[in-house]
Amino acid sequence: MATTSTALTVTPAASRARRPRGALAQSARAFARDRQAMVGLLIIAIIGGAALAAPLVSPWDPLTSAAVERLSPIGTPGHLLGTDEQGRDILSRLIWGGRASLLVGILPTVTAGLIALGLGLLAGYLGGGLDHVIMRALDVFFAFPLVLLAIAIVGVIGPGMDNQMFALTVVLVPYSTRVVRTATLSVKPLEFVEAARALGASGGRLIGRHLLPNVLPPLLVYTSTLVGMMIVASAGLSFLGLGVQPPTPDWGVMVGNGRLVLYRAAHVATIPGVVIVVAALAFNFVGDGLREALDPRARR
Amino acid sequence: MIVYVLQRLLGLVPVLFGITVVIFLTMKLIPGDVARALLGPMATDQSLAQLRHALGLDQAIHVQYAKWLWRALHGDLGLSPIVHKPVVDLLLPKFGNTLILAGASFALAVLGGVAVGVLAASRQQTVVDRAAMGASLVIGNMPPFWLGLVLIVFFAINLRWLPSLGMYSSRGAGGFSDLLAHLIMPTIATAAAPAAIIARMTRASVLEILGQDYIKVARSKGLSERAVLGLHALRVAWPPILTISGLQLGYLLGGAVFTEEVFGWPGLGRQLVSSVLARDVQAVQGAALFIALSFVMVNLVVDLLNLYLDPRSRPA
Repeated sequence: MATTSTALTVTPAASRARRPRGALAQSARAFARDRQAMVGLLIIAIIGGAALAAPLVSPWDPLTSAAVERLSPIGTPGHLLGTDEQGRDILSRLIWGGRASLLVGILPTVTAGLIALGLGLLAGYLGGGLDHVIMRALDVFFAFPLVLLAIAIVGVIGPGMDNQMFALTVVLVPYSTRVVRTATLSVKPLEFVEAARALGASGGRLIGRHLLPNVLPPLLVYTSTLVGMMIVASAGLSFLGLGVQPPTPDWGVMVGNGRLVLYRAAHVATIPGVVIVVAALAFNFVGDGLREALDPRARR
Repeated sequence: MIVYVLQRLLGLVPVLFGITVVIFLTMKLIPGDVARALLGPMATDQSLAQLRHALGLDQAIHVQYAKWLWRALHGDLGLSPIVHKPVVDLLLPKFGNTLILAGASFALAVLGGVAVGVLAASRQQTVVDRAAMGASLVIGNMPPFWLGLVLIVFFAINLRWLPSLGMYSSRGAGGFSDLLAHLIMPTIATAAAPAAIIARMTRASVLEILGQDYIKVARSKGLSERAVLGLHALRVAWPPILTISGLQLGYLLGGAVFTEEVFGWPGLGRQLVSSVLARDVQAVQGAALFIALSFVMVNLVVDLLNLYLDPRSRPA
């Protein structure tokens, strides 16, 4: 009797020890075969690479204005995408703007994901009163539309890039926590977790070794799709004047400034918008690719 | 059923309580002394203490909260120090304007999204399907404020078809047709992204149903494709569509802030932004309360509607 029960509990644990590596490689292969995801990754690499290497690749200084060259149209020699209302080179501002725009899109999403990982695992694993308190507290946040809540928070703590990132982090935590908690609850009753518990694994080991690897993929997928949305949302806050402050180049700020000269030179406002759409699309492509690669049921 | 509705209503109580606590507390967290801000740097300690007493600021926080809540329940959200008006009087007309924009956008998003989704599903893997889904992917990622500007460039600046600013023309008779003309572009800009998401969900939902056996039966007995879609598939497919559409309302209200700003639509979102920029805390507090309450109500209506329309979602 004792031997059979040991055999029963050990087998799934032993097979799990081998499985992740194989599953991971399989997922990586599926992801690499996904043409759309690869296109997304390429776009992100180009935009992100240009932003990182801005001092090397940017043709002009993003802050230097030249009054005589104001509102040059697209294709002006020396200014491929024209100049803005202060005569600053739009292409250079787009390249430099990628730094702030990508940062305010990515950092809050990742930070919120990490906080959610802790909260969601705790709520899902411990259950009971703590779960109830955490989830009811988060319910209150769901009563506000996401972007409006971010605007209201910035309203309280004041405009600016740091406050913008803080506000976006706060509004994202409830959403990501729900994803982590749901994933935790779906894994917790499974046999291999029960088996590890029966073998005497501590709470920390159960969470770290068994729950975490199974909770990470859905969170990763969710976070990657959120990044696209957050690039759009944070650009919106900057557009309204609540986020990144001029003269710091940022795509949302560029659309906002360009709006003032919309009747004279529409390209100043419209070009940065195209970059926002392309960047958001690229992150969504990658997110969809991750979803299909990590969730075998979603595979085509 | 009635029990479930009652449970759902009871469940609102802690959420509503939480909303008011969060809004009240965040306003308390703002750095700075209200009394000093009102009286200026020259105020004496005695006058500061008097004002704090008059405003109730020297009371315990839960007493302050109770008093604030009591006044809020009676429609008193305080006085905006920036526009010198009761916050309720400031926000109510704006709220009505936002309802017009949000209502029109929601109708367009659902009608357009469902129509495109059904069309794509019925022509699965054709050019129509790919074009519709490709377009919805791009449109779903467009910032509403940018789409609004692009619409203005085309339809107001280049073609001169539509007005680009406000709810009514400053000249002319105004009236319903004028409102409608001003409503078209903001509605499209607000509805676009939610419509794209609804279209994708509709397509997925209809396709799932079309794979079921009873649809094969309906087809094999010779029903037209239109009848199969309309009578059999959509009736089953649309509860999830409704749920997704309901979820889009929050997204739509968020998007409306930007379109209101771009098109100068005098709504709640635009007021919220200008109050934030003016640091008008009273108005921000009021607007947040308005928005949260209406959002909670809308979600309740969607839930109950779903319950009424889809017997499967009812608890046994």
